[in-house]
Formats: sequence, structure tokens, C-alpha cells
Amino acid sequence: MISFRYARANDVADAVRQIAGDPDAKFVAGGTNLIDLMKMDVERPTKVIDITRLPLKQVENTPGGGLRIGALVRNSDLAYHPQVEARYPVLASAIMAGASQQLRNMASTGGDLLQRTRCCYFYDTATPCNKRERGSGCSAIAGQNRMHAILGASDACIATHPSDMCVALALLEAKVHVSSASGDRVIAFAEFHRLPGETPERDTNLDAGEIITAVELPPKGFATNYTYLKIRDRLSYAFALVSVAVGLELDGDTINDCRFALGGVAHKPWRDPRAEAALRGRRANAATFADAADVLLRDAKGYAHNTFKIDLARRCISRALMQAARGTPQSQSSKKIA
Amino acid sequence: MTEVENPGSGRDAEKLPRAVQTTVRERVGAQSPMTTPEAVSVRLTVNGTRHSLLLDPRTTLLDLLREHLDLTGTKKGCDQGQCGACTMLIDGRRVNSCLTFAVMYDGARITTIEGLAADGALHPLQQAFIDHDAFQCGYCTPGQICSAVGLIAERRATSADDIRELMSGNICRCGAYTNIVAAIQQVMGRS
Amino acid sequence: MAHYIGTPTSRVDGFAKVTGAAKYAAEFNVPGLVYGSVVTSTIAKGRIARIDLSAALRVEGVLDVLTHENRPTMADNDQAYKDDVAPAGSPFRPLYDGRIMFSGQPIALVVAQTSEIARFAASLVRVDYETDTHITDVHCQREAAIPLKPPGDPIEAMFTPPKTRGRPEQALAAAAVRHAGEYYVPIEHHNPMELFASTVIYDGDGKLTVYDKTQGVQNVQHYLCRVFGMKPEDVRVMSPFVGGAFGSGLRPQFQVVLAVLAARALRRSVRVVLTRPQMYVLGYRPAMIQLIELGANADGTLDAIMHDAITVTSRYEDFFRQETGWSGLLYKCANAGYKHKLARLDLATPCDMRAPSATTALFALESAMDELAVALNLDPLELRLRCYSERDQHNDLPFSSKALRECYRQGATAFGWDKRNPEARSMRDAGDLVGWGMATGVWEALQMPITVRIALSANGHAEVACATSDIGTGSYTIMAQVAADMLGLPLENISINLGDSSLPQSPVEGGSWIAASVSNGIATTADAIRDELLRLAKQMPGSPLANIASGEVTLADGKLISKGDASRSVSITDAMRHAAVDRIEQEKTYNPSNDVTRAHNTHSAIFAEVKVDEQIGVIRVTRVVSAIAAGRILNTKTASSQILGGVVWGIGMALHEETLIDHKVGRIMNANIAEYHVPVNADIHDIKVIFVDEPDDSNPLGIKGLGEIGIVGVAAAIANAVYHATGKRVRDLPITLDKLRL
Repeated sequence: MISFRYARANDVADAVRQIAGDPDAKFVAGGTNLIDLMKMDVERPTKVIDITRLPLKQVENTPGGGLRIGALVRNSDLAYHPQVEARYPVLASAIMAGASQQLRNMASTGGDLLQRTRCCYFYDTATPCNKRERGSGCSAIAGQNRMHAILGASDACIATHPSDMCVALALLEAKVHVSSASGDRVIAFAEFHRLPGETPERDTNLDAGEIITAVELPPKGFATNYTYLKIRDRLSYAFALVSVAVGLELDGDTINDCRFALGGVAHKPWRDPRAEAALRGRRANAATFADAADVLLRDAKGYAHNTFKIDLARRCISRALMQAARGTPQSQSSKKIA
Repeated sequence: MTEVENPGSGRDAEKLPRAVQTTVRERVGAQSPMTTPEAVSVRLTVNGTRHSLLLDPRTTLLDLLREHLDLTGTKKGCDQGQCGACTMLIDGRRVNSCLTFAVMYDGARITTIEGLAADGALHPLQQAFIDHDAFQCGYCTPGQICSAVGLIAERRATSADDIRELMSGNICRCGAYTNIVAAIQQVMGRS
Repeated sequence: MAHYIGTPTSRVDGFAKVTGAAKYAAEFNVPGLVYGSVVTSTIAKGRIARIDLSAALRVEGVLDVLTHENRPTMADNDQAYKDDVAPAGSPFRPLYDGRIMFSGQPIALVVAQTSEIARFAASLVRVDYETDTHITDVHCQREAAIPLKPPGDPIEAMFTPPKTRGRPEQALAAAAVRHAGEYYVPIEHHNPMELFASTVIYDGDGKLTVYDKTQGVQNVQHYLCRVFGMKPEDVRVMSPFVGGAFGSGLRPQFQVVLAVLAARALRRSVRVVLTRPQMYVLGYRPAMIQLIELGANADGTLDAIMHDAITVTSRYEDFFRQETGWSGLLYKCANAGYKHKLARLDLATPCDMRAPSATTALFALESAMDELAVALNLDPLELRLRCYSERDQHNDLPFSSKALRECYRQGATAFGWDKRNPEARSMRDAGDLVGWGMATGVWEALQMPITVRIALSANGHAEVACATSDIGTGSYTIMAQVAADMLGLPLENISINLGDSSLPQSPVEGGSWIAASVSNGIATTADAIRDELLRLAKQMPGSPLANIASGEVTLADGKLISKGDASRSVSITDAMRHAAVDRIEQEKTYNPSNDVTRAHNTHSAIFAEVKVDEQIGVIRVTRVVSAIAAGRILNTKTASSQILGGVVWGIGMALHEETLIDHKVGRIMNANIAEYHVPVNADIHDIKVIFVDEPDDSNPLGIKGLGEIGIVGVAAAIANAVYHATGKRVRDLPITLDKLRL
């Protein structure tokens, strides 16, 4: 880890002032990802601004009937928040599917959005990686790529986004509130993370000098028919091979509204309006769900070690939609698949 | 509560042997040395003892305890947040201390494995771990026990499945998991 | 007299472990300690062309950077680097020269005032390489694999395949039912929880006290003396607690060499702690490609076994164990043949990892037996019983004891095996496919010469000393139990000293041989203590033991007691006080009898239940019963834990563990425990351990050892259960869900 200057920020204005114009500065909150990457010399900030004292720790109802989550709300506090458990259980479930309780006790809401990929080449500075060093090449395309993307990848990068929480936030169409020295703005969740394209070094559309202050959940929480199904190589404390968040609104067995988002398959939480459209107005049954999966996976592409994820994703989508339709969401404790 | 003033990192600044100094200087040549970052002051309460410290900001809470305060009960198993051996309680919550900068925790109250036994009497979890042989090599044990203290305080686990899931952030390579669950159940059943 | 032996005694080091008081190698803090951080190679093969330390040395707080160009003198011959358990070849010499033999090889050590500074400066060392072509993929070396040489010495003979028995090719060709299958076990890593570390305390006079993570303090001491030309009295190696090792600590590892190099160069105390990724070059379970061919008669008896293996080794040492011989040992079969080749790769040398060779070989053999049972339309357990061997067929010897039949019986009963529907995919539980599988395990019951010192005080306290280790196995506890019973004292009156090279001689802790060796060592020395006490007691006026022979008395309840007449006794305290002796000290060597007339083995039967989601393929191991025949069990609590641990390892081997190498760069890409998956708590459910009664007289206490047997066969039992659940036979581990494609 390189040596850095440490500074504490007192409020949001102070934080954005301290980071303004310093491209080598980073904010630290939970530290669970940044400190790990700093130890591995992947992240090399010369200045680290501690934002843990910022007043961004509240979960509040919004006038529009939604929920505003301060950027410093810890993962576990959010998952256990009564409003989240009652109104947005898919978010609670997704959070509990990720990492360990110790990490959830540390990780912040804003930091979770900025979590970087687990691609083993990104982590290993002895190997080329376009995300870490632009133009150096992607080692994963012809290397170890079991964990890698099957959707939306580019010739420059096939990394995946590792967050579980973000998959649920994509489903819920959260809004990301950000501030900078030049003012505040709101970024739709679908616009927050990027596909790798030719610039895989950029994970998000957050600009330099911006800080996430809150994540806002719209009123619709799919609290009745939802699930978060995460499949991984061991039964806990592992990153997703494929995960699926689902929210349905049913009228009898007809699907009135439907959203589903995938984790572990792309550079960002993956939603597909066409696949969701394929469900609306149709009967909630296995054939419908299989059709939707086929639509979502129509352009899926595998590599040497991860082609299985295409079929796995298809099965997981069908299963997760079934779980949601039946009102039997996946438990994150019992490892039997509901 | 006792207070310990601990200026500096606790390292003595003793002079190097002459031969070594020469070697290093010769090889560095005329170039100026890269200085260490500005030390940052932090106050922490560890197991009831207040410490005032001046630290390299890179110092993790884990290394602070192990290398500066000689509290080696908290273990380093991966230094990457992947094993849970470094679990300690900060303001009552279980965290991985390897992924912290100590300077971020100014004013925090930290409890480590050394702080669980009150006046020589073992914490019920410590006794239960012995009774159920919930460890072998013992290296993950302080982290397991601190994690279990956190687990019980969270009041979220009601079944063996819950315990297994919520203790999955503590890897035990000796494979004592079934005994760990039994030890925790015993204490939960009593509390 | 056995108050403690055979009981579920809680660990005597438990208090130290649950309070954090137990100190491991990196936890001995002394004033003036400095920190070493290791720089490792980024290429797999070649030579260091240039190494630029200038940036690292400019960092304030850096004391020195050691490389092959500037290091102090080290030994220049292979013999110096050959430790007690080194395989044939030319051992790796840390920082010796500029050759690169594997990616991740240590090439420099930065020493600094703090660990943070050292690690930062290590990242600034710039290296230019001349790169050679490397090969790290065993599958690419299949054709180039070389047959094992005929053994050069008795040790090598232990590890080379047994002689062919009968005419296996012909028997196979004539067999009524044949099965052939190729099985693969990938490279696996030990991943003990404790990071490998050494703290070298530099005493003023140049003497070193080395706290090292090792399974053999004396092995490390002897090695350091040879490598650095030091006298034994100048190097003391200590490892009072070891945070797991599983074989990775059998050989001296490079961190101890680097720490000693730095301590000698700087003339001060140094600590070197490896990072978790750096530990992936310390040795590993070698990948193994195996072809098993079985030929059976229609009645389910075996007539031919052929076992061919290719295992991985490095370019500089030939590491192998007797991978293939287990097949000809376990089942009765007149014809057996073995072939074993080595694939030399540009990787570090493999090393022993929990039940080396048996674990990998029995995955193949026991999977193949399951496949044969299917081919014969026979219950897998019934097949094992029909092939039951009463003799070690390699040498046509009886076993000293073999209660495997009882393992099968008790294990099957506890599991409920008789309720198994033989059809694959026939059993279900609420949407899950249910599978029941079983397998057999076997290991060796070994003993080694060992020396134990006991010092008995007149107040009835005894100190037991031996340079062995407790790597989590429970040595402290069983040693205290045995000593307490042999000396007739309460457990709390016994203190155990181990993990110190200055103590009486011990072999490395491995192979499951320490329990039998050290326990009998304690018994031997306790007998000498008893004899000395009797000599003193006889000197007492009117001694009730005046005319009694040493074999006629026993130590119990703090007294010497006549075996024939319990009313004749003298207390330890009285005997010693009367003779004005405060302390009796005896040091004796236990030399196990070299019983070549019988075979000595432990056995197990493992029954596993898996539940598999039919749509997704997620596998859960919901139940395991492991029935163990391992002679006398010294401590049912710690012994059970060892078996539980072995089962957990078997579950990891079956479902999770695989070291992934990018063969293009020759580098391990999941060198951490987030991506190298070992089981977590959620992966482990119901495990039942049964110890069957197995009296054995191979040594006076009837002990066989337990460290390895728990893992052997478990992966096969799970793979067989997965087959039974799903109808899919997976022959390459780990069984990840993508291999099921249900």
C-alpha cells in the first residue's frame, strides 16, 4: 500500500471541497473494498478522505412515498431496517446474500455501489488488465474466466459487477443522489453503472469530484411477490455465479407488472426491458418464464470456462420467477432452493 | 479504566548497525528519501483501556493491536476480509479489523478476545467453545468467539440454519463447524 | 488406572486458545523488532536480468533489501537444504541465485521499521526478467510424464508402486464384468488459517530464537544450522502453537530462511509474515490423473485391479507418494498392477497434504468401485464386503487389527443404509434429488522413535517435555492424559512442554504417527520414573514395598501401589521426601518394535447423503456418517474433532477446492480464500463420527493415530451420493454444479 495523506471530512460540502481537483484522492467509508484493493496495490490513492462522520446515516420516508437511504447506512442496518424488511424485502434479501455479517456491518450503501470487480486479473498487478491499466489488455478473455460476464461484455473487458445489493436496487429502480462542488444531481440506477465498452476503467458514471449522498427507493417495493436467488460455488460467503432478483405484481395468475435483474453475469446489474415485456399480461407459469429467460439471454456469449452460466442463468431466471410468483422467496439461511 | 499514553508507533528508534547504515546509504546514493506519511493521532478504548496514539494512517486496527499494543489474540488469517479470523467488536458490532484504518475509528470502543473474560471468569461462549471442542488449532477461535458474541447481540439467529449462515464469515480450516454451532446454540439457549 | 485415557477430556490448551493467550509464530513481540516483506516473481520460468532496489531503498524506514545479489552467505550444496522430509532432487534455495523456477518465487526481502513501510517498499522493487517458456498444465505433460525410477533407498521404496501381483492384464481381459474410468483431482492448497510467519529474535551474542510456523521444530533447526553454518546451540526453534498446517509445515518454508537471513544481515530481530497469496507457493496437493481398471467375477469378487497415475511435481524435486498401491491393498484381488509417472511442471514442489496419496487415490478407487457395483447390479456396500481382504496382499501379511467390517456395519446402521433404493434418481425430498453414497478409507498406522523427558516433583506435579508439535491435533491434551494416567496423577498436575527444538527428540508431526509415538514415549519414561520412585520407596524403613519387583507396582492416586495388594503403597511425596529428593527426572527413547510380520492400518467407512436441486444443480451434503477403526481412542472428544475436520475437508475436496492456474502466464489466479473455496459453516450440516472398538497390540497402548483417516474416502462417498441422486457420474473434482448439467 502506498503512503497517503489522511483527511477527515466533516460534512458533504467539506468532503467535495477536499476531493475537488484531486484525481488521486479517494473517499473511504466502510473500507471493505477500497482497503483490500489498496493492500493489493490496485488502488493507489495519494489522499484518503474519511467520510464516516458525514451525516448520511439516516433512512427516511420521502414525501413521494419512497425511502431515502443515506449513503453511510451500513448494509446490515439497511437489511434489518423495519421499512426495508416490510416494504422492500427483495433488497433486504439481496443484502443478506452478500459477503459476511462482519462485512455487512462495515460496508456502506454508497460504497456498495462503487464495489469493484472480483476479476482475478484486476486484482493481480502482475497480469495485464484494461480496467486496472487502460490499454494493457484483458487477460480474462483467454484466461481463467469462470466468474466472468456472459452479457454486455466487450473485447476490452469481461469483468462482472460483484454486488448483490445493487441487483435489488436495479430492480427497484433506485435513484442515486450525488453531490459535487458544482451542485447536486440524481442518477437513475440503470444509468449509474456502465458497460465496459472501450473504457472498462470506468465502472460508473459518477464523475470525479462527486460523492454519493443517498440512494432513493421509489414507492414500489414488490413486497408480496419477490425473491433474490443467488447461486454460487459454495453455500455462503462467495460471489455469485448467477443471481436473480425478481419483483412481480400478479392479478390472479396473470402478470400485471414484472421486473427482474441479474447479478454475476455482466459489468453491471442486468435488466432487459424486452424480457420483462415478454412477461407482462401473460400467465405466470413455467413456459412464460422460460420465454422471458430466452429473451434476456438471446445475445449471451460464453468464454472457455463460463459458458455454463448461460444455461444456469436460464434456469435461475425461471426458478426465481417461479419463487416470486408462488410467494415463496428464497431464504438466505436455508440453503434449500425454494 | 486505565489510560495509556502511547506516543509514536511504539517502535524504538534505535540506531542501525554501522555496516547496515553504510550499505543503505551507498545504494540510495544522493537521491532524497521518500518520507512516510504524516502520522495521525487517534484515541481508542480497547477492552476498557484508553489509548492515545500517533499512527501511520495505513495501520489497520488489526495491526495496531497485534504489532503496537501487543494484543495478539486477534488473528490475521488473510488480511483481505476473506476469513474472519480478525473479527473484533467495534462499539458492540462485529467487524473484520483487517479492512480498517485505525485512524478512522477515533473515539471507538473496541472489544477483543482479551476483553471478553471478566475478572478471569470466561465468557459463556469461551466456556462453551471449550466444552464442545469448537476448535482445534485455535487460530480462528478468537474471531469465531467475537463473531458469535456479535451474532447473539444482533438477535437475528433463531435456528441452526441461521447460525450457520450468519457465522459463515468465519472460516475454520480445521473444520470444527458443527461444534461451533453447538457451542453457540448452548449459549443462545441459556440467554 | 485409565482415568483419562479414552475419555472426552477437554483440551488442556483450551483456555489459552479461547482467551487469545495462545501465541503463534508472528505474535512474539520484542523491542526493536523489524519487519520483512517478501517480493515475489511475476514470471514462472527464467532468470532475473536486473533488479532495481533504488526506489525501495529511498523509502524512509527501510533498513535494507536483500536479494540474491547482496544476501549474506548461505550453503552452496543441495545436502544442506535437504530437510528431514525432502524428496529426491535439488531443493529450492530462497534468494540463492537469479533463477526463477515458479511464479510467486521469493526474490527479495524488504526489511523496514514497520510492516506497512516494508510492504510498500516491496511494491517498489523493479525486476527485469529473461523469460523462458514454461509449462504448468499437467494435461499438456501427459505424454512427457516420466515413470518413477526404481527406489534408491528404503524411504523411496515406501513411495514407489508395489510389485505387480499375479497377471492383471490377462485377468482383466478375462473378467466377467469390467470397469475402466479416468479420474482427476486438481491441485489443492492447505490454507491453514494462520499465515506462515517467522519471528527471529536476535540475541546479543548472535544466537537466534526462531518462532516459526512449523510441524517440526527440530527439522527447521537442523536445516537452519546447515544452511547458515550455525551450531545447534545457537539456534532454538519454537512453535508452542501452530494455527493449522495439514502438511504445509512439514518442510522448512522460505519465510524462515528469509527471516534468519535478515536477522543475521541486520543483526537484529526480524519478523516475516507471508501474505495469503504468497502462501500458494509453499506446496500443495499434487494434481493427479488416474486410470482405474477393475475386473470382477459375476459374483462380485474382484479379479483384477490396475491403477495408473500421473502426478504433478516441480522441475527441481521429484515429489511422489505411493499413490497407486492403496488399490491393491484395500480389496481382496489376486491380480493387481500399478504404474506411476511424474509430470514435471514449472511450479513449486508439491508437499504432503492431509492423507497424501490415499485421499486422491481413494477418490478414484472408491468411485470406480461404485461404478463397478452399478455394473454388477450390486449394493455398493455388499460389493465391499464380498471383496473384503483379511490380509495385506502386497506382502501377504495379516493385519495387526482390522475392524473395517464393524465400521461398515455400525456406519450403515447409523446411516440407515438398508433403506436405500438402489436406483439412481429414485429418492426425492420435496423437489430435491436425494443421493446416498458410501466409500471406504484406509491409512497407515505408523510409529516413529521419539524421546520424552518427565520431571516429577515431590508435590506430585510433573512436567512432560518433547519437541513434538500440536498443530490443532490435540497433542497437548492426549500427552497430559497419558502422563496423568501413567504417573497416577490428576490431569491438572501435568504440564506439557512441546514445540521447542531444545526439548528431547521428536519426528515431524505428520502421517498420524505422533499420538502413538509420543504416548508410548510417555509411558516408557513414566515406567522409568516409577522404577526410580520404587528404588526410593524401598529405602524407607519398614517400606511396604520392600521386596517388590518394579513390574509389580503401579502409580495411581499419587502413590506407588502393589498390583497384587493395594494396601501396600507409598505416596510419591513420602518416597521423595524421605530420600530428600525434590525432583526425579527421566528421559527415555521409545523405539517402536519393527513388526514386519503384520500390516498396520487404520480403516473407515463413510456414508454420505446429498440433496441436489434438480433444476439448478446445487449440491448440499446434508448427512455424513464416518465410522472409524483406529485402535485405541485416547480422547473421544478431540479424536471426534479430528474426524469431523477430515470430513469437512472431504466435503471441500468433493465440491469446492481447486487451485486455478492461468497456464499462459503460469500463475495461480485464485491465490486467496475468497476464490479458493474451502467449506464455510453454511456448507456443513449433520456429521456423525463413530469409533468402533479395535484392540491392537502393535504398541503397548494400542494407539494407531487419527490425523489422516478422517478425510480418506469422503470425496468418493459424496461423488457416489451425487451419482445416486442424479445419475451423473463426475470423475473430475470438484463437483461444481456446471458438471452436473441435469
